[in-house]
Amino acid sequence: MADDKDVLRDVWFGRIPTCFTLNPDEVTEREAEPYYLLLPRVSYLTLVTDKVKKHFLKVMKAEDVEEMWFEYEGTPLKWHYPIGVLFDFHASNTVLPWNITVHFKNFPDRDLLHCPSTSVVEAHFMSSIKEADALKHKSQVVNDMQKKDHKQLWMGLQNDKFDQFWAINRKLMEYSTEEGGFRYIPFRIYQTMSDRPFFQKLFRPVSPEGNTHTLGDLLNEVFPAAVPNEGVATANLPF
Amino acid sequence: MSDNAESPTESQKEEPQPPSDDSTTNDEKKKIDVLLKAVGDTPIMKTKKWTVDRGRTVQSLAQFISRFLKLEASDQLFIYVNQSFSPSPDQEVGILFDCFGSDGKLVLHYCKSQAWG
Repeated sequence: MADDKDVLRDVWFGRIPTCFTLNPDEVTEREAEPYYLLLPRVSYLTLVTDKVKKHFLKVMKAEDVEEMWFEYEGTPLKWHYPIGVLFDFHASNTVLPWNITVHFKNFPDRDLLHCPSTSVVEAHFMSSIKEADALKHKSQVVNDMQKKDHKQLWMGLQNDKFDQFWAINRKLMEYSTEEGGFRYIPFRIYQTMSDRPFFQKLFRPVSPEGNTHTLGDLLNEVFPAAVPNEGVATANLPF
Repeated sequence: MSDNAESPTESQKEEPQPPSDDSTTNDEKKKIDVLLKAVGDTPIMKTKKWTVDRGRTVQSLAQFISRFLKLEASDQLFIYVNQSFSPSPDQEVGILFDCFGSDGKLVLHYCKSQAWG
């Protein structure tokens, strides 16, 4: 893993310049200025938008404020997908900054999960970590960790601390040399042209003949329609 | 993602069914067998084994269980795979079956409070 550190850093510090604009139908006491942020690709919308909320609440009355949610060109943005996935999925062809509309009313229950607090994001994130480790190591690594290790992973993400996060995540990414890789590779495929949620399947990193599988091999096997270049917007590892 | 159990995206006709005797065919694998187990003081379901459409989401299955157990609207219901993690509510059970099923069925635990952090 040591050789990959620069890549891990580049991925971690990937940012999307974003302009948040208040939905014009919201009731305000004076005009709301847009708010600009660099959004971390590997984080979650509801985890990094406290400042956005504070900014818009300054011009709104408390009674006009319900749960905050985000929309891009008419599509509600699912906070439980990583920000980078949302951008690649909905907006990768647009000119930057990414223009996101902020709502405080009419929460779209059918499209979005409620997110009343960051503990909901934490539970979702830790479940993703555990699900991934179930595939990678039959859950052995994540179960052997102490509660404080889980907390450190989460705090690393929440506070954008690369070293803090990777000191623990490193263990989740290890495998013995004789095994040659994880038991199965955790991946999710999100489709632009489908109403179905993301797609997963068991996929081993090494073929029965001992060849190391590539991303192309994975797509060929689990999603041939995506090869050479149709349909699939983005493939991402759930950490 | 409605809390409303009568979400318009599902129809009552597609409720999970107790498996029939020849459940091995399962309509050309459009359906899967799910074993539902209660955790802690959450009420048990008399019928534990259900045949469920592969495309049904975890959230819709949770709503079905809540209705079946006649839980209060304010009660939460958590679903666990491998007694370890909560799958994403928009995940399809068919995909969970493919990744985490064993012996031809998917075992899910359900609980009114968070059982496995």
